[in-house]
Amino acid sequence: MKKGISRRDFLKYLGVGAAGTALLEGVSATPALAEENLHSFDLGPLKLKKTKETASGCSYCGCGCSIIVHSENDKVVFIEGDPDSPINEGSLCPKGMALTDVYTIVDKNRQRVPNPNRLTKVLYRAPGGTKWEEKTWDWAIPEIAKRVKKTRDEHFTEKDGKGVTVNRCMAICQMGSANINNEEDYIINKLMRGSLGVVDLDHCARL
Amino acid sequence: MTNSFVDYKNTDIFLIIGSNPAEAHPMAMRHIGKAKEKGAKIIVVDPRFTKTASQADIYVPLRPGTDIAFLYGLINYAIENDLYQHEYVNNYTNASYLISPDYNFADGVFSGLEEKDGKLSYNTASWAYQKDGDNIKKDPTLQDPQCVWQIMKKHVSRYDIKTVSQVTGTPEDILRKAYSTYCESGKPDKAGNLIYVLGITQHSYGTQNTRATTMVQLLLGNVGMPGGGLNPQRGQSNVQGACDMGMLWNNITGYLNVPDATKHPTYKDYLEVETPKAGYWSNKPKFLASLLKAWYGEKATKENDFCYDWLPKSDGKDHSHMSSYASLAEGEIKGVFCWAENPSVAGPDAKHEVKALENAEWMVCVDVFENETAAFWKRPGVNPADIKTEVFLLPAAHIYEKEGTRTNSSRHVQWRWKAVEPPGEAKSDLWIADRIFKAVRQEYRSGGKFTDPILNMVWNYDKPGQDEPDIEKIAIEMNGYNVADGRVLGTFGDLKDDGSTACGVWIYAGYYYIDPQEQNPLLKVPATKRHGTEDKSGLGVYPKWTFVWPLNRHIVYNRCSADPAGRPWKKDKALMAWDGTKWITNDVPDFGITDATTKAPIPPEKTANAPFIMLPEGQARFFVPSGLKEGPMPEHYEPVESPVKNLMSKQQNNPVAYRWKGEFAKLAETGSKEFPYVATTVHYIEHYQTGVRTRYSPMLVELMPEEFATISPTLAGKLGIKPGDDIIVSSARSEIKLKANVLPIVKPLNVNGSPIEIVSLPWSWGFMGLSQGAIGNELTPFVACPNVAVPEYKAFLCNVRKA
Ligand code: SF4
Repeated sequence: MKKGISRRDFLKYLGVGAAGTALLEGVSATPALAEENLHSFDLGPLKLKKTKETASGCSYCGCGCSIIVHSENDKVVFIEGDPDSPINEGSLCPKGMALTDVYTIVDKNRQRVPNPNRLTKVLYRAPGGTKWEEKTWDWAIPEIAKRVKKTRDEHFTEKDGKGVTVNRCMAICQMGSANINNEEDYIINKLMRGSLGVVDLDHCARL
Repeated sequence: MTNSFVDYKNTDIFLIIGSNPAEAHPMAMRHIGKAKEKGAKIIVVDPRFTKTASQADIYVPLRPGTDIAFLYGLINYAIENDLYQHEYVNNYTNASYLISPDYNFADGVFSGLEEKDGKLSYNTASWAYQKDGDNIKKDPTLQDPQCVWQIMKKHVSRYDIKTVSQVTGTPEDILRKAYSTYCESGKPDKAGNLIYVLGITQHSYGTQNTRATTMVQLLLGNVGMPGGGLNPQRGQSNVQGACDMGMLWNNITGYLNVPDATKHPTYKDYLEVETPKAGYWSNKPKFLASLLKAWYGEKATKENDFCYDWLPKSDGKDHSHMSSYASLAEGEIKGVFCWAENPSVAGPDAKHEVKALENAEWMVCVDVFENETAAFWKRPGVNPADIKTEVFLLPAAHIYEKEGTRTNSSRHVQWRWKAVEPPGEAKSDLWIADRIFKAVRQEYRSGGKFTDPILNMVWNYDKPGQDEPDIEKIAIEMNGYNVADGRVLGTFGDLKDDGSTACGVWIYAGYYYIDPQEQNPLLKVPATKRHGTEDKSGLGVYPKWTFVWPLNRHIVYNRCSADPAGRPWKKDKALMAWDGTKWITNDVPDFGITDATTKAPIPPEKTANAPFIMLPEGQARFFVPSGLKEGPMPEHYEPVESPVKNLMSKQQNNPVAYRWKGEFAKLAETGSKEFPYVATTVHYIEHYQTGVRTRYSPMLVELMPEEFATISPTLAGKLGIKPGDDIIVSSARSEIKLKANVLPIVKPLNVNGSPIEIVSLPWSWGFMGLSQGAIGNELTPFVACPNVAVPEYKAFLCNVRKA
């Protein structure tokens, strides 16, 4: 490992995406292995030197580790803990380390290829249907909106038994989510509660 | 959490109860380890000898569901041996308050229990403080038999070590050792950190369990201290944020209660009922008016009560996850949105819940992988042709394929940037919600029921040339802005109740604000995007690392880190200190330090009597005069399914626990012969919650390929089960097949003379993914805590046999 060069120095203030990663050439990502008493081997050229680095955060437990996502040709190839973060100081647990798998997995040729199980198309299952059908967004979104309107209009209560204005719809429920961004939850809340009058609105906070 | 993970390094003694950070919060364990290296002691209280327990100085085994007995034993021990923090108790709590002479506790029941329409509930009138006009009557000597201190002392005196041991099954000497060790944190300069998670909350008296933890921390003077606090570690990456955003049936956003038809038919009623005279919540009208302004824009005016009537009003009933499923079972709910959630694996009595889902006419699921909820129509054992529900499964972007914030358990609101485009046609949840809203609005342009909020909702998130909604506009709306000029607000102190400010989530005020004083160009960005790495105080505050709500305050109730005269209890770790003329602060204070108009420093005695700013009385509550469903103080009850009778009173269970009817009423009787063992649900480090993403990860599946229950060698010996055998675990609800792991990490506990076996059951598996297994939650009971409707996952009855 080159003396006096620390990863920390290179990975400042991401968000703009790529940091000066070319400078990392020759810098081992696993400095602990350089300890004398460990088996030593030639690390070869650093595979990550050409990757784009983006600051993000782990999407699993509530610790909220900060991560650096390495991507190449718009594919996620590696994820590591952000050494700048006081929360995890560069560490990750097995789940965080495996976050890459949601995008790409290692195939038999030891190459990272897209995770074949990711949902990449809108799927629809008709009443009584025995399989998914592939659909487009242009079809699905208006179809969903029609069902929302029909259900809401059939089951909307403007005033309750005592004559109090309640403007609610108890026939639609919204579940989720603790796994998406705040801004997303915020507008889903506006959509469901603030526009449609949904009362059965909850996520898995207690589950 | 009152404190942060980084603050754990300041802890002297940990009491970890109902939490296994080594598996469920690995990075928290790292910070616990750092404190341990510096000499901190660790006490772990858990039915299982967990990986966390392996790092403990004292491991306390206890029977699932007996946490109140354990914690009350601790409180009683501290009082009897005079090991509590006197000055803290006298000054910062309601110990001296006098309670109504009508208050009473007998036979395990508090005064006020009434039966109405066959349902039990409490009338809380007799729990009230005694008043003299507006003033609460107090006895600073703590001698009056009606004062909180004496009532509490008497109440907990029943929990002596011998009795506690009989209830919990913990040997008396271990209890004594744990109690005396943790009571060291009662010394003013010692910080005790109480960490808990779902092992405390997931009970039919979960809220009272958390109350007991609070009482311990107040008694020992640990709340507000660096290295102290009450730290319920949140399970999911953004469960904190989802609650903050109001993804709850009972809050709109920022913990503002939802309008209720009976309690608040009008805006005026809402403000009157919901706004206390004192404490920070006295600002509530500003928060609500600004929220309505953010949502309904120009249409929301002072004259029309800011369109208060456009918000739905609740019927006063519970509408949590479980109640929604009960409504589905009754055919009342016709349409379901299931957004990045997998209730078919996560919900209690999962087999009956998923059956109820068949009553939905349509369901929209949004996820990155096909989960068990979206695929419920083809689950094992059903004929898809019989299930009439239409299902839309929408492909979502994963976190690094979009941008936005998530809030961790320490309340850090951290921006996550976009690294790559989502694969195929997957879209961000922001895009999906935006398009659904617009399509619904389009439908309503030609008329329909109550179109006002749909047609007029503020939804101006388009950005020319961009397919994604403009997240910055959404962030500013959440953060709050001045309506006249759009100026982004720096603090919720700027919010007004007259419609001149708009703010979607008041507690997030400041998260998208750029500090004009900031000199470093790299930090001159919205607060949530900051990556400042400086920690000048050395206390682990890192004030410029992202943004912490509220107001970038890392440790809440921080006035309590110093004594009434402003001297820090812990001299070497001073968070707040009065130097004789002014306050020296190492975090954002939650008390007045300078007068708003004169700018003169506010001396410590002015804030010493009201450090708990969210409470109208300003002092923390050992005794809660109203608001809780099952008593002003906790009391030990048995789980709804228990192998034994309640030793503490005739009242077997929480009298007001939530129970449901029909299919959801299946329960084993007390001391059931059919289901003789106690089951508790658990997590492993490799699989996250319902396993949707982790069971599709080859790496994690390789690490943890298969589902297994853990039983003790004694139980295995009795049943002839060897490690690796297939076993059937059954409960009154269902039975599931999985592998047996035989390890003495669970051992039978001697409960009042009889050995009770414990079965440790994972719940992260289902019928989809690379690793498939039975759904553990098919076994869990459909009963819940009446305050927050948390299901009783952590203690129920089961049986085990060889498959
Ligand atoms: S890396 Fe592990 S410890 Fe960190 S947030 Fe993710 S799941 Fe939690």
